[in-house]
Amino acid sequence: MPPPSAVVDSVGPDATATPSRPRRTRRSTLVLGLVGCVVLLVLVTLLSIAVGSKQIPLSTVIDALRHYDDANTDHVIIHSLRVPRTVIGLLVGAALGLSGALMQGVTRNPLADPGILGVNGGAALFVVGGIYWFGLTSLTAYVWLAFLGAAAASVAVYALGSLGREGATPVKLALAGAAMTAMLGSLTTALLIGDVDTFDQFRFWSVGSLAGRGSDIAAQVAPFILIGIVLALVSGRLLNALSLGDDVARSLGQRVGLARLFTAVTVVLLCGAATAAAGPIGFVGLTIPHVARLVTGPDYRWILPYSMLLAPILLLGSDVLGRIVAQPGELQVGIVTAVIGAPFFIALVRRRKLADL
Amino acid sequence: MATVTPAQTAERAQIVSRARTVRRARSLTVIGILALAVFATFCVSLSLGDFKIPVIDVVKTLFGAGDRATEFIVNRLRLPRALTGVLVGVALGMSGAIFQSIARNPLASPDIIGVTYGASAFAVFAIVTLGLTGAAVSGLAILGALLTAFTMYVLAWRRGVSSYRLILVGIGIGAMATSVTSYLLTKARVEIAQQALIWLTGSLNGRDWTHVRSMAITVAVLAPVLVYLVHRLRILQLGDETAYGLGLHVEGSRLGLIVIGVLLAAVATAAAGPIGFVAFVAPPIARWLSRSPGPAMVASALVGALVVSLSDLIAQHAFGDTQLPVGVVTGVVGAPYLMFLLARANRVGSGG
Repeated sequence: MPPPSAVVDSVGPDATATPSRPRRTRRSTLVLGLVGCVVLLVLVTLLSIAVGSKQIPLSTVIDALRHYDDANTDHVIIHSLRVPRTVIGLLVGAALGLSGALMQGVTRNPLADPGILGVNGGAALFVVGGIYWFGLTSLTAYVWLAFLGAAAASVAVYALGSLGREGATPVKLALAGAAMTAMLGSLTTALLIGDVDTFDQFRFWSVGSLAGRGSDIAAQVAPFILIGIVLALVSGRLLNALSLGDDVARSLGQRVGLARLFTAVTVVLLCGAATAAAGPIGFVGLTIPHVARLVTGPDYRWILPYSMLLAPILLLGSDVLGRIVAQPGELQVGIVTAVIGAPFFIALVRRRKLADL
Repeated sequence: MATVTPAQTAERAQIVSRARTVRRARSLTVIGILALAVFATFCVSLSLGDFKIPVIDVVKTLFGAGDRATEFIVNRLRLPRALTGVLVGVALGMSGAIFQSIARNPLASPDIIGVTYGASAFAVFAIVTLGLTGAAVSGLAILGALLTAFTMYVLAWRRGVSSYRLILVGIGIGAMATSVTSYLLTKARVEIAQQALIWLTGSLNGRDWTHVRSMAITVAVLAPVLVYLVHRLRILQLGDETAYGLGLHVEGSRLGLIVIGVLLAAVATAAAGPIGFVAFVAPPIARWLSRSPGPAMVASALVGALVVSLSDLIAQHAFGDTQLPVGVVTGVVGAPYLMFLLARANRVGSGG
């Protein structure tokens, strides 16, 4: 019987790395890539602050960031609209990317999006319920409703998936999540079909958008997402172990059930808060981890940071594009991400040798 | 391997064949019970309505021994809807079983090959932008489904189509189609958007004999081919490498099965809209009931039919005067049962 380390080496992180390339260069390439992502992200962030439906010269933008002046309307626009919107874009993007990677790791399923635990379904039902029964229409109210719904649905899914002798196996979690999502979706549709006004409100929320989100919403969701990011970034080893299968993970000394619960809680924090802030955006969390995996190989200690950086690049980039192409109006970010992201994603999938889960 | 005496071989063969007999008996029993349940639901749905007819009379009428009034109500008014429901369920159940086995993923359903999303995008375009209704919408939905599935297969082709790549390409195309759909929904006037929402939910309201005919022809042509191909599906389920090793013509078999699955789902979607959840939920329920290691094709078809007809029965009659579209109810009918099975299951393979 080989020692555990041999098991890890044969199927673990380095199995798909090119054997001719020494490990150190590979590692420095990955670090370099990460730095490149950060640079790109900073650029997109600045772009998102500088570009909008009202044209503001770059010098004024920089001025507004450095010496804020209350009396200047351009400064006010930058401060009260564009900066919060960009911050939310960053937070939501990072949250979606990370929770997607976590979810695919823990269910070992390439089709698992971060909403598979019922997050989006629960959030949608609660938001629709809020509009339908209480006539709520403010985004701030949606945030708490969505978060509450997301949490309730995920707890129910996890509890259901954990019943039975084996506890929460990946397949059971995925199936329970999909079943729960379908059930919640049915209830949501039933409410929407009966009431035109609710549907009219809901159809704009359900697309996923960063528009009109102010600093109050950023402040509401930031704590959850920041805690979630920290938890997610330390769980790389955990996911590596889980990705070898429950039996091997157990034999490596991993407490599988606990690890899975930890990941699930993190996903709910991240994805729940993201959905609360921007509405259900599916594409980012589903595909970005695959892109990250194509770059890094199957090691979650790399997949997670890459997902965290790539996802906001896509999200903010799409948001900026959505503001430019449809002037004077704008396209919701949930629509743009898929339209520009999907062709790129398909091209990547065709070009590279696939790193299977 | 140690030497095995002929006696031992015979004994082992006997054990295997006994196990097979038990399993076959079980799956036949399950199929029988499901068929009865479908028929019962079917008869009850024919008997209910503004004018209630006893179930006995319904059965008599179905076999040609009813009086003229009941015959008119049953055969003219209620039968097309009920039959469309059953056939749509059969088609979705089989299509789901095909895709879950090919993708070797229990989350897969015709959606991932873009059938439903493509159909929805085209249909919503037809309703919202072109202002079409009825058969024209169905036609565009079929066109959308086939076009999307074709694009996806071509894009996933690189000296062969691996199931994994097909899934990922499917995710991409599905996301694009979905965002086109939501874009159209946010741009339309709210009344028209709501009309599109009802189509997107899936409904059996006002289905007539033309729907039954198109569904019946599709199922009648494709089901035998599928029965002929189903053993290949069992081999494909073992993974591409193993299937090659067993001498299966992998690409051809997969393409054939995908074409059947796409056609079944496309025609069903055109007839009743993209009724959610049926294709996803029918195969695992069927497999658990018949304890089958591979795709339980006939049982899947029957579970699909049962879910759709039972849901339509509830959607029509359980809420007083308001008639809901059937797609609203399928989730509520199918999900709890699947969860119940999940809670009881001790071990679940990751296959379809």
